[in-house]
Amino acid sequence: MNDMTTTSLQQSEFKIVGTRPARPDGVDKVTGRAKFGADLYLANMLVGKVLRSPHAHARIKSIDTAKALALPGVKAVITAADFGDLPSEFIPAGEMMVNFKDMTRNVMAREKALYEGHAVAAVAATSEAIANKALKLIRVDYEVLPHVMDVVQAMEADAPLLHEDMYTINVEPRPAKPSNIAKRVEFALGDIAAGFAKADIVVEREFTTQPVHQGYIEPHACVASVSEDGQAELWCTTQGQFIVRSFCAKLLGMEVSKLRVTASEIGGGFGGKTVVYVEPLALALSRKACQPVKMVMSRVEVFQASGPTSGAKVWVKMGATRDGKITAAEAVLKYQAGAFQGSPIQPGCMCAFAPYDLENVKVVGFDIVTNRPKVAAYRAPGGPISEYGVESVVDELAQKLKLDPIELRLKNAAKEGTKAAYGPKFGPIGLVQTLEAARAHPHYKVPLKANQGRGVASGFWFNIGGETCAALNLGEDGSVTLVAGTPDIGGSRASLAMMAAEELGIALEHVRPVIGDTSALGFNFLTGGSRVTFSSGMAVIEAARDMIGQLRERAAKIWEIDLKDVTWQGGYARAVRDPAKKPLSLADLANTMGKTGGPIVGNAAINAQGAGPSLATHIVDVEVDPETGKTTVLRYTAIQDAGRAIHPSYVEGQMQGGAAQGIGWALNEEYIYDAKGHLANPGFLDYRIPVCSDLPMIDTVIVEVPNPRHPYGVRGVGETPIVPPMAAVSNAVSNATGIRFTELPLSPPRVLKAIEAKGASA
Amino acid sequence: MDYRSPGSAKEAVDMLAASGSNAHVLAGGTDLLVKIRTGMLEPQVVIDLKNIPAIRGVTADASGFRIGAATSCAELGEHSALKAAWPGVVEALRLIGSTQIQGRASLGGNLCNASPAADSVPALIAAGAICEVFGARGSRDVPVEQVVVSPGRTSLARDEFIMALRLPQPPARSGDAYLRLIPRTEMDIAVVGCGVALRLDEAGICTHARVGLGAVAPTPLLVEAGATALIGTRVDDKALAALAVATSAACKPINDKRGTVDYRVKVAGVLAQRAARNALKRAKGEKLEAQHG
Repeated sequence: MNDMTTTSLQQSEFKIVGTRPARPDGVDKVTGRAKFGADLYLANMLVGKVLRSPHAHARIKSIDTAKALALPGVKAVITAADFGDLPSEFIPAGEMMVNFKDMTRNVMAREKALYEGHAVAAVAATSEAIANKALKLIRVDYEVLPHVMDVVQAMEADAPLLHEDMYTINVEPRPAKPSNIAKRVEFALGDIAAGFAKADIVVEREFTTQPVHQGYIEPHACVASVSEDGQAELWCTTQGQFIVRSFCAKLLGMEVSKLRVTASEIGGGFGGKTVVYVEPLALALSRKACQPVKMVMSRVEVFQASGPTSGAKVWVKMGATRDGKITAAEAVLKYQAGAFQGSPIQPGCMCAFAPYDLENVKVVGFDIVTNRPKVAAYRAPGGPISEYGVESVVDELAQKLKLDPIELRLKNAAKEGTKAAYGPKFGPIGLVQTLEAARAHPHYKVPLKANQGRGVASGFWFNIGGETCAALNLGEDGSVTLVAGTPDIGGSRASLAMMAAEELGIALEHVRPVIGDTSALGFNFLTGGSRVTFSSGMAVIEAARDMIGQLRERAAKIWEIDLKDVTWQGGYARAVRDPAKKPLSLADLANTMGKTGGPIVGNAAINAQGAGPSLATHIVDVEVDPETGKTTVLRYTAIQDAGRAIHPSYVEGQMQGGAAQGIGWALNEEYIYDAKGHLANPGFLDYRIPVCSDLPMIDTVIVEVPNPRHPYGVRGVGETPIVPPMAAVSNAVSNATGIRFTELPLSPPRVLKAIEAKGASA
Repeated sequence: MDYRSPGSAKEAVDMLAASGSNAHVLAGGTDLLVKIRTGMLEPQVVIDLKNIPAIRGVTADASGFRIGAATSCAELGEHSALKAAWPGVVEALRLIGSTQIQGRASLGGNLCNASPAADSVPALIAAGAICEVFGARGSRDVPVEQVVVSPGRTSLARDEFIMALRLPQPPARSGDAYLRLIPRTEMDIAVVGCGVALRLDEAGICTHARVGLGAVAPTPLLVEAGATALIGTRVDDKALAALAVATSAACKPINDKRGTVDYRVKVAGVLAQRAARNALKRAKGEKLEAQHG
């Protein structure tokens, strides 16, 4: 437990925090030197390939691998039989829970294949061509079963059942029959009926959202090498080398210390690289072959078998008085989990009304399995889905009350001291500040032309802290190596180095940040929950303070004075009572450390607490072509509370990236399955994330309401920016067309159909 | 897989004749290589036509343009005489793929890939392009709209390939234009594509028109009823409304991941009108930047 509640430096005292230096990983990335997941080559390395189910739902009656194994060049073949079965137990991972009984079945189908692309077997061979040939020699006898893709259909009593042992939890009495509903959750505050009774106006809508993929450019990739004595190395693209180690060790029945995991550079994660797919398979193949095995998923495999976030049905009802006070808010959320339980329904429920100060709230959620790939975390998992519905209804309330949508939000905004429906009272939070900044922004005053519309939406995300280690190794010349255990997915090496340099009082160029492998540091929870700049930043500051303590001791020793008479200021040890003593720099003390007591290492091993929620407000202008239904985003402004922006460029980058992904979610992204449950668009050609020319420059405004629980005031910023865009865009399209849209994506055919229906009824 | 690179048209025809049915012709490779990589095709022989001398480059004379079938779209996009004469064809071919793809993609490849959604083809149909098809029996001319017979299939014999496409010099008061609808702004496949070429007399009456339509039927279409709607008119709103009706009526689309039947039929008419307006502006001498639909 660590709780740094004192802010040691005020904004005006920062020398490095708040500036925009070049990122330390930039040159390697623009020159192609950086090593990503697929860039490692080892001697005698084999190629691993996965045989995947062609069926959306099928019982696996038998698998015959004999012919594949007999093919010259094939060194190992694995199936689920190569992994021990594991009991059903839930373990927190990131913002979701994992169940190892499910995880072992997701990485390799056991009794049944539960979605098209579900791994069924894998081979390792001396070449890709041989591996592909071997896959064709594996004979799987399937009994094809009826499948269900839609969340509402999956809830029906006669729906095809994915798991015979799934009984809905949290319902009384326990259901007599199994179903596809894994659990029910509920959060409530006040008296919902009384709240609606006080309302002058009530808006009630049902929304539909599609599952959307994280869309990282780099597919999952790894190299595993297991030696004859069971010691293992794994290099992979991941958001958490320690979590990969935990998961793989458990799946393979190894001690964690036998497995060293190194995180490569990462070509995007967004939550999707908090889980394992090919990593345990490569380890199992390498363990059998006693040779290194490389596995790289294709884009088709990424779409068929890696986690999107949930599609959902979102029902929202809100009531307000004539003067714009929201009196009651209710929601029912049905989230698709994919083939195994574990949709982000819980955070979805908790976030739904979190931006508002409400007396009467009720949110009920359901976690539902379907024959699709199991969902994985995606940027603020669960939040964007429920908040899309809520922010759409808030917009409609404003419209019906003839109130400005920012004004309505300000009248109801959560602030310090507000009790959230999910439990806690908020500390200082910045929603009001983002709304005021939005209202004052020039964007909000630009006149709109025909067929154009403006949309506003706010968004909330919790952010997390968690287990974190950091080390600062002092070099003999006074330079410092910073070792962090959280993969850098958004510029965190720059931010962490800046905090170390700020605290030590040295120039940034003397700090080199690296991401350590699992043998370099104690356990680190993964990069997720917008926690790295907050938690690893807190650990780095603590490590720097640890180092400063040691530096002061060395100076006291050299000067033969009391430790309490030595201060550390501006990169120098100073003798407080004896100004004649020449201050000693970090380099001076590093040069002599061998004689004054040995190596100096600043360490921190903390469980970071007090992550502050980040809130945002986005404004978007769109134009809708009334003859084709096509929406063009004309202007976009994202405003967000960052607590303290350590490196403002990377805060802005997070805000822009989240907005871009949210615009894709709003306008065009969707999985298209045929009647057999086969994915028709497993590639970026027809799974349409926005391309560069689809987007205007996304303006950003950083608001800083410092988080009192972090020494520099940091809040996580990475996830909140994907929360407002869907509602903001949908509200803008609704305002441009005069039609209230409730279904995503707002693709041209859907929008044109609504425009024509309106024209026909007019 | 064998890779062959014939140095003459004759050699290429001989190779095609000698190869089995699993021989594939390579020009820019922007479709073929993708199909090989994704496992859709496993050719035994790939015959690269790019080293045949007359298959690349553009020649222009008083009668018109001869465009080598494997000339890159990037090169065509920078050909100022071609751009001035057939801006609609050039704006269509510039929509194929990305900047990088443009360095490889070619008109011959775009046509012989035989996709109903090929961007250059409706514009070439509207422009009245003629293909020089080379084979064992020598050279024959084929109107561009007669090349594609069904998705992925052409009317060419196994030992034939397209050597060049010919476009006439457009007479005075001519204009052409191409528009496509994609859900994004680039890097996508047409949901509907429409090319219109027209000519006016001195009084501003349309004397000639051709309408090409893509992605709404198993093959790119020449919409003769669309042309009829324009000829003899001033291409006014009434004529454009008739064009939209005729174009929509010509559609025989399917529901797929890129669009619905209803949507395609409706938008085909919309795009035909808009492309005709652009072609009209060009016929009247207005300078009009390339359009992106």
